[in-house]
Amino acid sequence: MRPERIRVALVGQPNVGKSSLINAISHAKLHVGNFAGVTVEKSEVKTRYCDPEGCGEYEITIVDLPGAYSLNDYTQEERVTREFLLDEEYDLIVNVVDATHLQRNLLLTAELLELGKKMVVALNMMDEARKEGIEIDAKQLGVILGVPVVPVSARTKEGIDELMQRIVEVYKKPETESKIVYSDFIEEEIERLEQFFRERHYRSEIPYRHLAIRLLKEDTRIYKRMHDEPIWIELLPILREALDHIYLHTGKKDIREIFADEHFAFAKGAKMEVISTRSMRAKNLTQKIDNLLINKYLGIPIFLVLMWGLFQLTFTLGAVPMDWIDAGFTWLADRVREGLGGGELASVVADGMLGGVGAVVLFLPNIVILFLGIALLETTGYMARVAFLLDGFFHKFGLHGKSFIPLVTGFGCTVPAYMAARTLKSRSDRLITLFILGFFSCSARIPVYVLFAGAFFGADKAGNILFLIYLTGALLGLIAAKILRTFFFKGEDDPFVMEMPKYRLPSLKLIYHVVWGQAADYLKKAGTFILAASVLIWFASNYPKQPELERSYQQQIQRVQKEGEKQRLEAELQTRLMEGSYLGQVGKLTEPFFAPLGMDWRLSVALEAGLAAKEVIVSTLGVLYSMGDQVTEESSSLQERLRQHITLPTAIAFIVFVMIYLPCMASMAVFVREAGSWRYLGWLFLMTTGTAWLLSFAAYNLTRLLT
Amino acid sequence: MKGDSMVLTELRKGDRAVIRRIHADAELRNRLHSFGIIPGESLEVKGCSLARQTMEIDVDGTLIALRKEEAEKIEVEKL
Repeated sequence: MRPERIRVALVGQPNVGKSSLINAISHAKLHVGNFAGVTVEKSEVKTRYCDPEGCGEYEITIVDLPGAYSLNDYTQEERVTREFLLDEEYDLIVNVVDATHLQRNLLLTAELLELGKKMVVALNMMDEARKEGIEIDAKQLGVILGVPVVPVSARTKEGIDELMQRIVEVYKKPETESKIVYSDFIEEEIERLEQFFRERHYRSEIPYRHLAIRLLKEDTRIYKRMHDEPIWIELLPILREALDHIYLHTGKKDIREIFADEHFAFAKGAKMEVISTRSMRAKNLTQKIDNLLINKYLGIPIFLVLMWGLFQLTFTLGAVPMDWIDAGFTWLADRVREGLGGGELASVVADGMLGGVGAVVLFLPNIVILFLGIALLETTGYMARVAFLLDGFFHKFGLHGKSFIPLVTGFGCTVPAYMAARTLKSRSDRLITLFILGFFSCSARIPVYVLFAGAFFGADKAGNILFLIYLTGALLGLIAAKILRTFFFKGEDDPFVMEMPKYRLPSLKLIYHVVWGQAADYLKKAGTFILAASVLIWFASNYPKQPELERSYQQQIQRVQKEGEKQRLEAELQTRLMEGSYLGQVGKLTEPFFAPLGMDWRLSVALEAGLAAKEVIVSTLGVLYSMGDQVTEESSSLQERLRQHITLPTAIAFIVFVMIYLPCMASMAVFVREAGSWRYLGWLFLMTTGTAWLLSFAAYNLTRLLT
Repeated sequence: MKGDSMVLTELRKGDRAVIRRIHADAELRNRLHSFGIIPGESLEVKGCSLARQTMEIDVDGTLIALRKEEAEKIEVEKL
């Protein structure tokens, strides 16, 4: 028997745990955090449920919608939710309500009830509510709302089964029994309009009551639809009269405000009837933490120290397993060379694949630590506090406090960060944030930084250098924001109104998912994309073969007697071979552009390859510098080899360039989608490459002067 | 005796007040509304950032951060 399909729209205010609830129901791994705006796009999750009574089987598709405080499409992601609810096909709504903020959440519930769809309310975070001493009479709330209310907890999984059962029950019912009762003067007008439709036997797929309510609310969609119907002429005077009555009664002229007042009265009334509060313990904890963390004077220093600590940890703690990974790959490459007998095949596997992939996998520990830090920031509720602390400062640079959220996400990966910018309401705020996100170094650049910082500044200072790099990047981003705001994206200041979530301890499971998920992603990328790129780089640096050149050098080498002279000639041969390769040709062609920055063709090629992805820089360097050393047969680390070939000013110029230019191909595609035009990508490319070159040039010459 | 009417930014940390009116355009008022910032509700000031650029208030258990410009539009009556 084929299972029956049910399509459920999951709706609720931001940060009430919609994605967590889906994860609890279906073992999905949707991204969750503790701030408004984690989910910016709708995503679908399928699950099966077997009804124990009817023994029917159901395939339930749950559509996770971005959180919305109301259906007024204030921000871009709220528009996604509103448009889905109004335009798309689904069987019922599951409204997730945060039990600890019942009244505010019921404001949205009231709006949802007006849609006239079948609905189930999931009263989430019941475990937390109980801890705070809040008791809620779910049954009574269900009676008031006219829809089933199920107490659940995504964390403890209580009530999940009952929720599924109710979903199926409501699905089977022919119609919704939801209700929201307005003040008498509005109810009278609704009744009058309903009467009008009844008398004319008006054909409507939505119930008369809902039609009447939407007309009174001046819902433009309904107006547009009914405008061309003959009944419109008759309806218009009745509607006008009804609105006049309402205006007269309330003394207000804004129908949205009047209905908002109604929703508020409804929410407050419902809350008063079902809630009983015993004590206020847990809330005091958030208060105590906030007294310290958002302290007027200490707040920002504490934030900086925390970030500094994170980068220190990223380097020092990450360095421990790095040595093991490095040793492992070196050993493996040596075995491969022995086993395969040193031919072309041995070279492609040992130098190309293992050299490139090994150089990237090496930085797995650093990446995992950084993502762990960001996950803690996201899930504890601290992120919103920092947005609060920085808004005043950001505002001076023409940025919105909320921009902080995409910017921090950008420390992890720029791709989701571009998407997170949707929480910003105004277009100019969003574009500025998109444009400067590249200045906030993503984790893929960490390998480059760690490699160079470790090689040129020593292990003890590398953590500080890392922090300095990120801080400088962020400051450059702010300056760029100011310039963009002043000359290109002028526009109204957007209001800053933001909910501060309660502090929560992230569950171990969540942390585990984040760490494991990121590690798996990174290894997958290393094993596929980076592997392919490494082989490509290996090929381009080994071909075309130059037998003439090799022969003439071999003859010279045989002629000379001194061992030192022999080695010099060997090295010279390798260099000339590389220069003659495809890669060398490309590098030579673009070398003039990078020469003023003190970079040779190898570094030029690495930077160009880095446009595909930043890890490719490291794998390219790994391939390029591992082959030059075959001659000397000493297995030194890439760091040591870089130190032999590159001077300090060049290294600094290289770091500066990597800090600023475009992150990767994937991010460029997302940027175009989010910014809405290819033209912007052109501008972004010019802006970042130009800035990167100029600052790199300045850094190179400055360091040369100083050393 | 009832307190004088003032705007939210005039309150200090720890002050409690009742929201009287919101002097904002429909869009911002709707936004504030959906956060529970509604005339008749009471609030408590929980903290301010440096130079009072932003402030944190508690309305019915929800902590909300507001910028000075927005807070100035909220008329309150101090308790």
